[in-house]
Amino acid sequence: MDILRTLQETFLNLDAMGQALPELIAVGLPNTLILALCSAVLGTMVGMLLAVSGLSRSRWLRWPARIYTDIFRGLPAAVTILLIGVGLAPLGLAIWGPNPYPLGILALSLIASAYIGEIFRSGIQSVEPGQLQAARALGFSRSVGMRLVVIPQGVRRVLPALVNQFIALVKESSLVYFLGLLATQRDLFRIGQDQAANTGNESALLLAGMFYLLITVPLTHVVNYIDSRLRTGRHGDGNDGADDPEDDLAFAVTQEAQ
Amino acid sequence: MSTIAPAASPGTSSPSDTASTSSVATRDIHFAFGGNKVLRGVDLDVKGGTAACIIGPSGSGKSTLLRCVNRLLEPDHGEVHIGGRSVMGDDPDALRQRVGMVFQHFNLFPHKSVLANITLGLRTLRGLSRDEAETSALTQLDRVGLRHKAQMRPGTLSGGQQQRVAIARALAMSPEVMLFDEATSALDPELVKGVLATIADLAGEGMTMLVVTHEMGFARGVAETVHFMDGGRVVESGPPEQLFEAAASRRLQQFLSQVL
Repeated sequence: MDILRTLQETFLNLDAMGQALPELIAVGLPNTLILALCSAVLGTMVGMLLAVSGLSRSRWLRWPARIYTDIFRGLPAAVTILLIGVGLAPLGLAIWGPNPYPLGILALSLIASAYIGEIFRSGIQSVEPGQLQAARALGFSRSVGMRLVVIPQGVRRVLPALVNQFIALVKESSLVYFLGLLATQRDLFRIGQDQAANTGNESALLLAGMFYLLITVPLTHVVNYIDSRLRTGRHGDGNDGADDPEDDLAFAVTQEAQ
Repeated sequence: MSTIAPAASPGTSSPSDTASTSSVATRDIHFAFGGNKVLRGVDLDVKGGTAACIIGPSGSGKSTLLRCVNRLLEPDHGEVHIGGRSVMGDDPDALRQRVGMVFQHFNLFPHKSVLANITLGLRTLRGLSRDEAETSALTQLDRVGLRHKAQMRPGTLSGGQQQRVAIARALAMSPEVMLFDEATSALDPELVKGVLATIADLAGEGMTMLVVTHEMGFARGVAETVHFMDGGRVVESGPPEQLFEAAASRRLQQFLSQVL
């Protein structure tokens, strides 16, 4: 029973949780969301550029995209964050002042874009060549055909993988603590960790973990929803007209009668 | 902007044409995929306002030839003339707006509604407003009997319906010439008739058409000229009754004995 009480005291101390809760809500949650959202947006934009470059017919676009992807996918996230966040800190100081967020977001975006670029590339490549051919047969240039026809289809196919990447990003955002955060800059993890370090009690960290789950678990359900929707089609888009040979025959008869 | 001499082979006509219906002619078209020579000098004429069918065994270069006509594939050598004028110096994208194409596997855009499949080109390439594009698209859907499917996704339609939408999509761009690449080959037998009826209807309206087909009955009934391709060349051309009843070349006789 002592063990149980000790575990309860260590992880589920309501007082410790109560002390951390206001800061987790007022400081940690918004900061984690800012880090994750900004990196997701920037990472998605750079990822799309990488995917399109990676599929380009010009080697001068293909190779840099390839090298970029290899580097930022191959390095440990902590290494990239430290290299960018600490290495470029003097530059960041001159531009943004003593705020580690811009460089933290940049580092997270660089990492995320390498993965997202590969996700987009695989999606775009999975679109049947006939789609671009049909667009070109209508008179679209290759680039417009890609933009209007191929890329939208490719992106839809990889939405689940993309959301998975966003989940990873929410979790990786905790690594910006390497860059040294002021009290108001702390994210969920840092607030929980500070409290745990100060009191020797892990309850606040567990509560911080619950906040992460609050963000990531709904996202996994979004993945599942998108996945099933892509599989079965939208509501109301059902099999209404599929395999409707009678309609075809009726049409043929009408045509012949004319 | 070169004009061309009348075709040398019998049974064909001069491609010069001033009417609204444009003739099509190919002159000595060569094309190779890597080292594989697919077309070895194709001369072919389609009189303006008529349908020509191209028949022949698999791998004879029929589909490749169609793609050379609208320059989806750039011929290694040779010229394509439309309306009596070479199109080899034209902007290929502009050329393809004048030449509609229908594919074996429809290639409708699955992420867009039937209506949006048709309005996409009208709005983006022709610069029509949404209302104008939709009115035009619905007119084309009426023509293929599918106005009631306008808001559906292509994936919810039968193969025959999808192909009719693909025809409507091509027609909406008001092409001078239509190319059909085995438009019924991917369809279940009971769906073929509706699509063939649409194509025949179009031929009746005087659209210049180049139709690659395995439907010999259709070729016989609709084509003014039938061209038999084999080994990357046009082996024999002529009116359907001549080709089907009195094939001159041994290769065509063999082919017909296998497919008829």
